[in-house]
Amino acid sequence: MADQNTLTHLDLETPEKPFLDANELVINMGPQHPATHGVLRVILRLDGEKVLGLECVIGYLHRGVEKIGENRTYTMFNPYVDRMDYVAAVSNGLGYCETVEKLLNVEAPPRAQYVRVILTELNRIASHQLWLGTHALDIGAITPLFYTFRDREEILKIYEKYCGARLTTHAFRIGGLQYETYNGFEADVENFLNFFRPKIDEYEELLTTNRIWVERTKNVGKISAEDCIALGVTGPVLRASGVKWDIRKALPYANYKNFDFEIPTGQHGDTYDRYLVRMAEMRQSVRIIEQAIDAIPEGPIMAKVPKVMKPPAGEVYHSIEAPKGELGYFIVSDGSTQPYRLRVRPPSFVNLQALDLMCRGQLVADVIAVIGTLDIVLGEVDR
Amino acid sequence: MGRIILYIQSYLSSDQTPGAAGNMFWVLVYIMLVFGGLSVAVIAMNWLERKILAHMQVRLGPMRVGPHGLLQPIADALKLLLKEDIMPAEADGVIFWVAPFVVVLAAFTVFVVVPFGPTHAITDMNIGILFMLGVSSLSVLGIVMAGWASNSHYPLIGALRSSAQMVSYEVAMGLAVVSVVLMTSLNATGTGTLSMIGIVQAQQSQGVWFIFKFFPLGLIGFFIFAVAMVAETNRAPFDLAEAESELTAGFHTEYSGFRWSLFFLAEYSAMIAVSSIAVTLWLGGWLRPFPNALSGSTWDFMFSFFPAAAFLFLAAITFFNVVRMPKHPLFRIQTIGLAGFGVVLGLIGLVLLVPAVRMRVQDIFWFSAKVAAFMYLYIWYRGTFPRYRFDQLMRMGWKVLLPMGLGVLILTAGVALLQQNLWHP
Repeated sequence: MADQNTLTHLDLETPEKPFLDANELVINMGPQHPATHGVLRVILRLDGEKVLGLECVIGYLHRGVEKIGENRTYTMFNPYVDRMDYVAAVSNGLGYCETVEKLLNVEAPPRAQYVRVILTELNRIASHQLWLGTHALDIGAITPLFYTFRDREEILKIYEKYCGARLTTHAFRIGGLQYETYNGFEADVENFLNFFRPKIDEYEELLTTNRIWVERTKNVGKISAEDCIALGVTGPVLRASGVKWDIRKALPYANYKNFDFEIPTGQHGDTYDRYLVRMAEMRQSVRIIEQAIDAIPEGPIMAKVPKVMKPPAGEVYHSIEAPKGELGYFIVSDGSTQPYRLRVRPPSFVNLQALDLMCRGQLVADVIAVIGTLDIVLGEVDR
Repeated sequence: MGRIILYIQSYLSSDQTPGAAGNMFWVLVYIMLVFGGLSVAVIAMNWLERKILAHMQVRLGPMRVGPHGLLQPIADALKLLLKEDIMPAEADGVIFWVAPFVVVLAAFTVFVVVPFGPTHAITDMNIGILFMLGVSSLSVLGIVMAGWASNSHYPLIGALRSSAQMVSYEVAMGLAVVSVVLMTSLNATGTGTLSMIGIVQAQQSQGVWFIFKFFPLGLIGFFIFAVAMVAETNRAPFDLAEAESELTAGFHTEYSGFRWSLFFLAEYSAMIAVSSIAVTLWLGGWLRPFPNALSGSTWDFMFSFFPAAAFLFLAAITFFNVVRMPKHPLFRIQTIGLAGFGVVLGLIGLVLLVPAVRMRVQDIFWFSAKVAAFMYLYIWYRGTFPRYRFDQLMRMGWKVLLPMGLGVLILTAGVALLQQNLWHP
């Protein structure tokens, strides 16, 4: 039983430091809890309000995505990856398609690359918007949620017009795109950018200098760069600790090397820095989309890929910078139509490891803030 | 029979509150009126909070039950009454049962001394403000009982937080109140008063609302109270005791149905209660604005039209929205309902124009309007601020508000002493 293991690990029988006569309090947060972002279960060991330690129990949303991958053809598996990180489905699709393309040794044509970058960066904005809304909601500010959802709607409308789906888009195909962009796609995206630029200022106005927000997030859930690297934490969490690591720059994929953008970093590795980093990333995404929309070339949208894909035997690892961190796919091919093994390295799952370290010695209210700032999606953690 | 009528009539000629006049019949009538009005105010507040918050958050809020969701609170109340009343198996039955009643009792009893006008209070106690602070802080007892009796972790933490919070903010609150009581003693006899009515009368005779007295001392005292009262009622940004995202619902996690609605009722009446303390102590209670600058019978006459004008204005807004309602036949009932609501508001406005009524309800109107402004502030806070953390809340209570309160008290006392002895020897 997972439960029993968990509880013995927490060592309930002999509390370390008895406080007066009271035993430490063990409370169970989740899997049904308003602030655990889905079905995360956290077992907290408390001394009053202080967190002595915590343990995550995951697997409530396990769907065996990796095993499904071994029983589907490469093309058939493509929609499944959308269901992992369902708030950043386009990024997941990009990572998977590029991995299989690498395995097949094909490259998507330039036009497809540009459209991919535009949609992926829009998705990064949408994912960060959802993070901002729920994170602020957890800390008690209920209004930003509605502002971010109002603006996220505009991105979803572009997706809906492009491929008919809003959330689990299945926007890309192995080798390029299935659909040519619709008439007015560029105009829609540009309208969105013009609409969105002042909105970031609006979010920042609500929170960045808000005394309570600053007090609630500064020095909360601190993690050092060394710890981040040791735990494999990536994405905005790593960058907020001062490490300038972004796969779009470090190991350029798609055609990110053609774009001019910066990697925002923080210094303190606390919740406030992570907030600032993500806000800055939204602005950088806007910058990338601006350049892409100006430079988008004409041409085919699909490379020549065989109808029945039989990649040569071998293995490949490819990773992209998803909104939440490094999203990697490792595929072993035995030369058949189905992967021999498909492994996903989801950023949420790896980042979640840091929760215990970040929460120790903090208060219960900070656990909520840290879960929010890690920006996890349980669909991706459990797969 | 004749004596009974005589007994009832005897109060009409007096210029005291029914409690002070000792007329039990009118005391009962006033109790009915106040508690009926309070219940209506809570229902209205429920609707207003959801609507105003919704509009702050770019959404519509309740729209379906009745025109613009006007009947939503009633539907919700019905739903809560019809719900199954769950008591956890492990709960301490008796305490679990009593807790909501303690909270409601504390929140309602306070209104015994709230002065809606010079004679419009159930009674006037010479220790009125002490009574209010004392009784309203009893509600923490009910919260602790609820948290303990639920026999569950989240309610227990919620109750712990709530008791610590209330105890620490009560100190700062008390200091701010004492500075006002000091201000009331600035008269010929040099004796102050704790009576709620007396405090407003002191502001009247000194010709200044205490928020502007010894500027900025009165203002700082008011600020301390205004912060402490939000913490006292467990509302955002100090809603740690029921922090939804942390403790699910805090001390009332295990409560449902009718019992839960009692907590809800108590929370909102406590908000109204502390707001009326603030209004009485600093904002001149029932006194109309600018009694000095715009004095004289002409201005009195002009200001007496305000209550009627307010209701007629609301009626006008309602009719404006009746015109804006969708013309589809499906909306006919809603449109008629909204028009009916407008007619009711308009009729109230017309009744308030009658001279006999006009002169009597003025003070009630001004008092309610000031309290309503505070209620709007409560909603505004909730829409704007994130939630404080427990240690930050404590730090603010003990390290910021308490020293400020002490400073204000000492300075007020000093200035008052100087004024009594030097300027009016």
